[in-house]
Order: sequence, then C-alpha cells, then structure tokens
Amino acid sequence: MYTQALNTAETDDRGLEDAAKAAQFQARIDAEERIEPNDWTPAAYRKTLTRQISQHAHSEIVGMLPEGNWITRAPTLRRKAALLAKVQDECGHGLYLYAAAETLGTSREALVDAMLAGKAKYSSIFNYPTLTWADIGTIGWLVDGAAIMNQIPLCRCSYGPYARAMIRVCKEESFHQRQGYEIMLTLCRGSDEQKAMAQDALNRWWWPVLMMFGPPDATSQHSDTSTKWKIKRFSNDELRQKFVDATVPQAQYLGLTVPDPGMIQDADGHWRYSEIDWTEFKQVLAGNGPCNRDRLAARRKAHDEGAWVREAAAAYAAKRVQRQTAQAAE
Amino acid sequence: MRVANIQVSETPLVLYALRRADDALILGHRLSEWCGHAPMLEEDMALSNIALDLIGQARELYSYAAKVEGKDNDEDKLAYLRDVRQYRNLLLVEQPNGDFAQTLVRQFFYSAFADLYWRAMMASRDTTLAAIAAKSEKESAYHLRHASEWIIRLGDGTDESHRRAQAAIDHLWAFTGEMFAVDDGERALIHAAIAIDPGTLRGRWLTTLSDVVSEATLELPQTDWMQQGGRSGRHSEHLGHLLSELQSMQRTFPGQTW
Repeated sequence: MYTQALNTAETDDRGLEDAAKAAQFQARIDAEERIEPNDWTPAAYRKTLTRQISQHAHSEIVGMLPEGNWITRAPTLRRKAALLAKVQDECGHGLYLYAAAETLGTSREALVDAMLAGKAKYSSIFNYPTLTWADIGTIGWLVDGAAIMNQIPLCRCSYGPYARAMIRVCKEESFHQRQGYEIMLTLCRGSDEQKAMAQDALNRWWWPVLMMFGPPDATSQHSDTSTKWKIKRFSNDELRQKFVDATVPQAQYLGLTVPDPGMIQDADGHWRYSEIDWTEFKQVLAGNGPCNRDRLAARRKAHDEGAWVREAAAAYAAKRVQRQTAQAAE
Repeated sequence: MRVANIQVSETPLVLYALRRADDALILGHRLSEWCGHAPMLEEDMALSNIALDLIGQARELYSYAAKVEGKDNDEDKLAYLRDVRQYRNLLLVEQPNGDFAQTLVRQFFYSAFADLYWRAMMASRDTTLAAIAAKSEKESAYHLRHASEWIIRLGDGTDESHRRAQAAIDHLWAFTGEMFAVDDGERALIHAAIAIDPGTLRGRWLTTLSDVVSEATLELPQTDWMQQGGRSGRHSEHLGHLLSELQSMQRTFPGQTW
C-alpha cells in the first residue's frame, strides 16, 4: 500500500527510543503540536493509536449491518434513500479511518484480518439487533449522539491524520444524529402504535448506549497514557455524563421515558443515572452479545465470497502492467 | 389486516412514467441489498451510490406519474401499494443479485441501454421527462463506465472470474430483449415526440456490449429467444418476494406517517 514508504528509517531507530527523543516528543504534545506519520513517536504511541483507529474503523464497517438490516424495508422512499446514504457514509468513514490507521504502518488488509479473526474489537453497541423501524431512529439519535460526544474531542487528538478524519466524520455524524431524532419525532407525533414502537426502542437501546463510553474511570486500562499523549481528553465517565445531560431533555421533548426509574437531577442540573450493568457489557465484549456471532459471520461471509472478485481485480491489474511493460519494451 | 392496493389510471403517459420508475426502483432496491456485504469497501460505496441514483430517478418518475394521473396517489403510494401484477418493470432488473458477476452483468446490460435511452430522451417534448432524462443520463454514463470496467476485470481476470462472468451473461441475456419492445400506447407517445423508440437504440447498444465483452475476452450468446412480460405485470417469481420486503411497513401499518 502507499503507506509502506513511511517510517522505514524510524523502524531501524526503534532500539534507540532514548529518553531525549521521548522527552522531545512529549514536549511537542504538550505544546499542542500535531504528530504526523513521518515524525518520530514512541512505539507504544503508534500501537495505541493503531488499535484505537482500527477499532473505530471496524465499528463503522460492522455498524453498517444493524442499520443495513432496514434499508430494504424502510417505510418510505425518502427514508430509504436517507438510510442508504447514511449507511454509505459509515462505509466512507471506515475507509477513511483505515487509511488513517495505515499511516501508522499496518495495512488495511492486516487490520481487517485481525477483526475477522475475532482478535480486534469493534464497538459493543453493534452487537444488539435492530428489531423495528424505531431502532433506526434510535440508533441515529443515541448511538450517533454518543459517538459524537466521543469524537468531538478527538478532532483535537495529537495525531494529525486521526484528528483530521474526525473533523469530517463528526460533521456527517451530527447530520445523522439530527436525521435519527427527526425519525423519532415523527414516530412520537404519530399513532399510539408508533409511540409505543419509539418507547420500546429507547428501552432496549438506552443502557447499551451508556456502555458505549466504556468501563467506569476507576477500572479503565488505557486512559492514563492516552491522556498524557492527548489522544483522549475526557474520561469515560465525564463523556457519559455529558451525553446523559444532553439526552434526557431530548427524550422529554419527545415525550419518551428514559428507562431508569432511579434517575434524578442533582442540584447542579446533572442527570444522575443508576448503576450500569457491567456484567452485560463484559459479556458482550467477550462475544456473548445477542448478535456478536451474526455480525462476525456476516463480515466473514462478505469477505470470503468476495475473495474471487478481489483476486480477479488483482490478476487483471497485473496483466495490464505486464502488457504496458511489454508495449514499452517494443 | 388487509391493505388494499391502490388503483392507477394507466393512461399512456402515466404508464410510461411508471414503467421507468419501476425499473429504477427495483434495480436500486436490488443494489441496496449489497450494502454491507460487497466484496470490498470501495464496491460497497459504489453499489450504494448507484442505488441512490436509481432510487432518486424512481422518486422523480413516480411523482411525475402521480401528477399526470391527477388523483390521490403519490410516490410512496405508487411504490408501496401496488402488488406484483401492477408493477411494470423489466424482468431484467428484478433478477436476484446472484454473485457479484451477475449483479454487474445485469447492471451492464441495463446501464448500456439506460445511458443511450436517457440521452435520446433529453429531446423529449415533455419538459419534465426531458429534465429527468438530462439528470439520469449523467448518472447512467457513470454507471455504465463502472459496470464496463468490472466486466473487463472479471472477464480478463482469473479463470474463475471469467467463468462466472460468462455464466452471468448467458443467464441474463434472455431478459434484454424487453428493453427494446414497445406497445401501442407507447407508440402513440413516440409519435408525439414525448418518448423515443427504444428499438432505434438496439444497434448502438449491441456495439457498446460487443466492444466491452470482447475486451473482456467474453462472448455474447447467439440465441435470440427473449423473455417478455414485465411491462404488463407478468413477472418472474422473484419480484413478489422483493415487494413483500419493500412494502412490509406500509402493509403492516397502513396509512401512517413515517
């Protein structure tokens, strides 16, 4: 791939990750400078970012499946076109993010293989099923809403290619979020049946969406170094609280009830949610969510059944080069 | 709960618009079935993009059909509340996706036609149809380029891709004749310079096909036998399943706003 030429010199230097270089690197981070692909970085910085960006890319691609489940059944032509365009955007985000990850030295193929082998993670949220049309509205409203909360700070991430990718991704996500909320608004202003559909979707998605922000701060493994390197600027719990505070009034406006009877608004105006069931979260991460197996199977099927197409494209490209070389030699 | 099908007064112009709208919607729907499942991300994007173009064309043509009919129908009623016998699309576009070769050959046959057809329709005396044609022609030209490139890659790629591409051509060939057929109602529109005669495009369509197919080291079948029926609602068994999925929400929750 076109990233292969990057960092060849640095690879040889890895043994020399001396304190001076590391200090210089940290000073650049502290000065809010952007780190670019050819810059020296500690190996762990690359490893952390490769993991984070590729997980993000995998999430976009696997995330196409639950929403794609409704493209052929969208209730109107306008909704059908909007949903198809939205899922296509997610695919574009995936491509864009794989390209950003490749600048760190690992090819898209290797990253995808790790996901298909079940070694790399993607967001836990996509292991839940979309059962009704209201799930499409809810995903846009809550899942994309939570993603935006997470990703807006990433627009200032220290790694340039990731930060720039996030700027574009966030713009599209916020459009998706408004679209999702508009679906919910239409349902909530509709028939009793439609309102019940909307409430049911909120009931099923609320807790899994709160889990999207990751484990509570007290138990999070990666936050310390990620914070030092300005990859992460807010903690899981901070972002989760921000999201809840923003979302509760939106639910109220829709006339929907957040499925948390213990939720209270404190004196500072924050909505305090009840204990999250982290056992469920751990089960989903361990591969035992309702759709983990289906999602991975669908991606593997597409990959396996597409192998002959990719081979054909590669074979044809090689033939063309061969012919051009032969022609040039004449 | 039973939801009644709408009735459409199929005057020649309404029927004309419905036929083209149905072609675009059904093919767009078929392509959208690939979303999330294509052989590579780039093709996921491309097939969705083509599907979006086609669904966009369908919406304009349905809206125009509804306007010309002048009753209570609209784009969604026309798409969601007609049954299989009322659909007027070509048999070609309702054929299942099959493998990637079958999808791309279907697209190639259709786009090679649509590109010529919409370019010629830009001269229609009906200004709405001429405007729809101008937009559709630009889109079809891109669809044709995309499909042609893939036919060449698959045909001249590996033994397996060659075999699959040839099998798709052989399988779908019998559905191409219908694109050039015209009935009495449409003939009247052709006389009035509202529509063009698709029969006049067949030679150029064949030239496009032959050029691409021979570069792809593939062959067009010699058989002349062609399946007909889609334009008058005699479809293959595949369309009913597609419609039951496409229309499920409107049939289950009749008369609601989404």
